[in-house]
Amino acid sequence: MTRPSVAGDRTSGAPNPLVDYLLRVADDRLVLGHRLSEWCGHGPILEEDIALSNMALDLIGAASALLALAGTVEEKGRDADALAYFRDETAYRNALLVEQPNGDFAVTIVRQFLFDAYSVLQLDALSRCGHADLAAIAAKSLKEDKYHLRHSSDWMLKLGDGTPESHERTQRALDTLWRYTDELFVKDAVDHATAALGVSIDLDAIRAQWHQLVTDVVGRATLTLPTSTVRAAGGRVGRHTEHLGHMLAEMQIVARSHPGATW
Amino acid sequence: MTADSQWPLWEVFTQGSKGLPFAHAGSVHAVDAENALLNARDVYARRGEAVNLWVVPSSAIVASAPSDAGPFFDPGNDKAYRHPQFYKAPRGVVVF
Repeated sequence: MTRPSVAGDRTSGAPNPLVDYLLRVADDRLVLGHRLSEWCGHGPILEEDIALSNMALDLIGAASALLALAGTVEEKGRDADALAYFRDETAYRNALLVEQPNGDFAVTIVRQFLFDAYSVLQLDALSRCGHADLAAIAAKSLKEDKYHLRHSSDWMLKLGDGTPESHERTQRALDTLWRYTDELFVKDAVDHATAALGVSIDLDAIRAQWHQLVTDVVGRATLTLPTSTVRAAGGRVGRHTEHLGHMLAEMQIVARSHPGATW
Repeated sequence: MTADSQWPLWEVFTQGSKGLPFAHAGSVHAVDAENALLNARDVYARRGEAVNLWVVPSSAIVASAPSDAGPFFDPGNDKAYRHPQFYKAPRGVVVF
């Protein structure tokens, strides 16, 4: 691997829109996977601790494959580690939803559910896209994410339709995180440019399916779908909330303190 | 830890591949059947160990007691006529 600059990289360095696109798909999973890994040893019960760690590993595994692909497409000698550990916050392309802190268990579950519902639809579409390597990674991750969605949907029902306190906390989490969901479905220049390369998914159709899926589970969980139109976005172009920098500092410090180290 | 403050206990049975009998793998805590199935998958089946899972509430298992050991399991080896070793097995029959 090319030894990366210890100062990190402030840009995605990607004139190739496909690299930017792959970074978006990868960073969503890397950041959410790291967030879930923060639960390791702190889960509400042993079995759930293992479940959250399992999902973290699934997501980080998908991110690793996607980052490796991004590095190959980029042709600048950056491998998955270089992209994960030596890009700064502003070069990260994940949606704001996944970088939000774990909060209580309800926040973690709502964040997971909102993402899983999106991820399953996105990966299903990508598994049929015109880029063979991306389609193969998507097909593999789709199986895992279907399980994640089953897990998070089940918890939505249990927490929403549970005790008054679990209901109230879950509703609050839904109200807080709702503003970050719109960003998942917004098309920009990168989406249009990759469409020309055969990597195109119908985000409008996915938004409609996502809304239907979320409405169904939220309703059965006796929760109320937020009506607020407040929206927050920026993650796709590197403008993040204050939480990502802190997370990356912890995630990247070992690799940056010992660049090129192996164990 | 004092009393078990956790969720109800479920026994997990895994089938290694199609056609094999289900074998007891261990137990998980879970609030209901779906939760037990998911927890069992995460704890006992995430590395390809199983193609099927059963979960059963531990409370549904009826077990013999240690005091039953004599009456239940003392095999009566002195009564040779209770054992079927005197028959000639037809060809093609596997003798255990």
